[in-house]
Amino acid sequence: MSAIPAALATAVALGGAGAAAGLALPYRPRVPVVGVLTAGVGVAGAVAGAAALSGNRWAAVCSGLVPPAGAQVAVDALAGLFMAVAGAVVAAVAVYGIGYAAGRGSGGLGSRTAQAVLPLFALSLVLVPVAASVSTFLLLWEVSALGSLLLVLAEHQQHASVRQAGVWYAVLTHLGLVLLLAGFSLFAARAGGETFTALRAGASGVPAGVRGLVFALLALAFTSKAGAVPLHAWLPRAYPEAPGPVAALMSAAMVNLGIYGLVRTALDLLGGGPAWWWLGLLAVGGASAVYGVLQAAVASDLKRLVAYSSSENMGLVLIGVGACGLFASHGDRPLAALALAAALLHVVNHAAFKALLFCAAGSVQRSTGLRDLDRLGGLRSRLPVTAGCFALAALGAVALPPGNGFVSEWLLLQSLVHGRQVPGVAVAVALPLSVALIALSAGIAAAVFVKALGVGFFARPRDRRAASAREAPPLMLAGMALLAVAIVALAVVPGLLGDGLDRAVGAVGLPGTGAVSGGGARVRLAGISASLSPLWVVAALTAAILPATGLPRLRGRRGRRVNARLWDCGGGAPTPRMTYTATSFAEPLQRVFDDVLAPEQHVDVTPVRESAYLVRRVRFRHRVPDRIEHRLYDPVLRALAGAGQAARGLAGGSVHLYLGYGFAGLVVLLLALAVGW
Amino acid sequence: MTHGLGYVAVAGQVTVVAAGAPLLTGWMRQVRARLEGRAGAGVLQPWRDARKLLRKEPVTPVGTGPAFRAAPALLAATAAVAAALLPLLSTDTPVSGHADLIVVVALISLGTIGLALAGLDSGTAFGGMGASREMTVASLVEPTLLLSVFALSIPAGTTNVPAIVAGAIHQPARLASPAGLLAVAALAVAVLAETGRIPVDNPSTHLELTMIHEAMVLEYAGPDLALVEFGAQMRLTLLLGLLSSLFVPWGIATGPSWTALVVALVLFVVKLTVLGALLAAAEVFWAKIRLFRVPELLAGSFLLALLAVTASYFLNGAP
Repeated sequence: MSAIPAALATAVALGGAGAAAGLALPYRPRVPVVGVLTAGVGVAGAVAGAAALSGNRWAAVCSGLVPPAGAQVAVDALAGLFMAVAGAVVAAVAVYGIGYAAGRGSGGLGSRTAQAVLPLFALSLVLVPVAASVSTFLLLWEVSALGSLLLVLAEHQQHASVRQAGVWYAVLTHLGLVLLLAGFSLFAARAGGETFTALRAGASGVPAGVRGLVFALLALAFTSKAGAVPLHAWLPRAYPEAPGPVAALMSAAMVNLGIYGLVRTALDLLGGGPAWWWLGLLAVGGASAVYGVLQAAVASDLKRLVAYSSSENMGLVLIGVGACGLFASHGDRPLAALALAAALLHVVNHAAFKALLFCAAGSVQRSTGLRDLDRLGGLRSRLPVTAGCFALAALGAVALPPGNGFVSEWLLLQSLVHGRQVPGVAVAVALPLSVALIALSAGIAAAVFVKALGVGFFARPRDRRAASAREAPPLMLAGMALLAVAIVALAVVPGLLGDGLDRAVGAVGLPGTGAVSGGGARVRLAGISASLSPLWVVAALTAAILPATGLPRLRGRRGRRVNARLWDCGGGAPTPRMTYTATSFAEPLQRVFDDVLAPEQHVDVTPVRESAYLVRRVRFRHRVPDRIEHRLYDPVLRALAGAGQAARGLAGGSVHLYLGYGFAGLVVLLLALAVGW
Repeated sequence: MTHGLGYVAVAGQVTVVAAGAPLLTGWMRQVRARLEGRAGAGVLQPWRDARKLLRKEPVTPVGTGPAFRAAPALLAATAAVAAALLPLLSTDTPVSGHADLIVVVALISLGTIGLALAGLDSGTAFGGMGASREMTVASLVEPTLLLSVFALSIPAGTTNVPAIVAGAIHQPARLASPAGLLAVAALAVAVLAETGRIPVDNPSTHLELTMIHEAMVLEYAGPDLALVEFGAQMRLTLLLGLLSSLFVPWGIATGPSWTALVVALVLFVVKLTVLGALLAAAEVFWAKIRLFRVPELLAGSFLLALLAVTASYFLNGAP
């Protein structure tokens, strides 16, 4: 029973020590010491989470900590799941981070600020789910937001583009905070208390309209944190510019907080709601899934591609949460539990493969200085471990067996298939559409990761820096190996999570499903004749591959001739420039989805002066802008800039005018008071 | 379920798909040849080609990596596992509890992805071009496959294929429902695209600008090429077998009985022969469509599948 507070206290102590060490130590011991302490924070968080998942609960009030109300903390299985995921990711990425930051001088991630912030950010990731009152939650939430912002800016001296990404991230994450403040204030005011217990108790007394508004505000803020459209614009900017380990932490642990907040507030505190909430969430999830994966398909920046894949996967999770609420609002609680279990399992799987994807991408960037897939290539022989890790994580991300993403997508699809039991026209329209969107995103995700792996890591290098790349240092490889082991375990024996997943679902008041039954390698759905055994699939594939590789060898009478020339239709020995690039690979898909992606092409033809028919230079530019951003953000930004320009006219420098403003202001205020009272 | 006959059925399915795949291809080429007024090379020609290729020297071109070498085996292995899972001869097999349609679709996609990666791995322009086109088609086919799977699994209440097939045998009316018919049409287009047949891809083309599948495998030679060809033939057999199991399920054994199994085997061969002949005959009259018209065809089949799912929900939704 005392495991949770002990582990949490350890995490806090290690985090504080890490921050102090980051500030105080000189560069050489700083990185390893902070790294080890951060890894300790992760391990302690994972231990606390695992203890909560195994059925322990813990709650406390620390009245001295947050001045007016005191800090309220409570740990149940749902919080435990997110703590365990965050802790495990932090532990593995911290090990990776030591290797990443070491040996690169004290700029970037090795700097004093970044090293001091890193343990605090890691700690906040573990602690956000612990909060049990609005003020505690918002405080920890803001610590994680500010911490990630400072870490995103770590390499601002190396690349100018980091600053712009930082501004976008700062604005959008704080827009989310404003929405959260508004939503929680409204909720707390109507429910008559700011502790989660008070909110839970008072939620039923809140009028339906207010509940809807609270849900809309909170859902917008939380989906923005998860990187779902339309408030996703920070994601493709911040992730690519952040150093590798930071991007891994943000994409694998921080986005989960959005899902946690949504599940905690909407399903637990508000206690569910009418169907329109959930249909809205399904729409956001479906749109994010397809839009994210389409943007990933046309991205040629490796980290941007992986970042947009986060948008896609969080979309899938949101579909699961939305389906859960929809089923619960129709009273089908076992099915709701199944959908939520699928969503939570996908959160776990996504954390594992996305952390590894970003770690591998960070390793590529560190050893080549490149993120552009069009210039990479041939890395499989120069960075064999990194390439292998990327391949393993990509298999998880495309949701095909034997990858780990397959199990959770399978569960999600099962919950939607059986949604036909739920009556209602809205359900009958929404569920097939959700299935279609999941299927479409799964199909395109396959193309996305074939592109990333095939163009970035296979074939031959298209750039000198890619050709001279060297494998990452051992500690980075060790961090990636830890994540790889987690992926394999999740893929082959998802039953390891078994009862913990059921308890997490049970924490929001839904019955457990027993879908991922305890300890076993088999996924079986109670009451539905469907089962899946990932271990069996792996065994069958292995058993089939062995004879397929062996039998042709038996007939072959001569030995293998290696290093024969490539045939290439008689052309022979193609140069690296002739291979397909990421842009050319994605061109057919981009053409298919022309109307959605709206690519921009400019062809500037400069003729020689004497004749318009003789061309001196042709310049071709092609880019695929983020269309939602273009349509939604640009007008707002233009309007703001216009208002700012117009407002400059107000300040003409005349003191008389300023006195006049003051007088007018006073008159308006007095009038308002006179009329208002 | 754990009776010996079940294992015989699974072994029989894999064997009949493996041994029959080249024969089906040979048969389809023969039908095409006859319809075009040629004599044809005979039904056994693909086997003769495979024997010839297997005797040749294995070659590993310079600059290719593990993906290039592993892809042929992966292609054949995924097809073999899928053949073991599907109820081609019997719905009552030891693996029928694992035979989920989503798993089967995913295994088929896994083979496609392996081959596309191999195309990119060779580093040639043709390999990349083939991979790019194949993944474009595959990314649009997979949703159609999954959706038609759903349309079929909704009335059955499960995605388990033997359960769907057994249900269809006992309640033939399910097949004639609007959802079932729409799903057939969608699935048929998806199968044509996934196996690289006309009108999506021309299986016998060697004109570089039009080919999809062939462009990916240009660098293979000898035993590897034999395995790639064999894998592609197995996929064709498998997907046609899936179509026949789902929509003409009669004759598939539902219990442990030798006679039922033999009848199922004979009927399976007959069904595939007829389906193969129909497809070959259709290919004589169709032309391959332009690559950028293919997505229109696939979008059409995707919509059909979506309609099938929606129809299933509305017709079977209210309990």
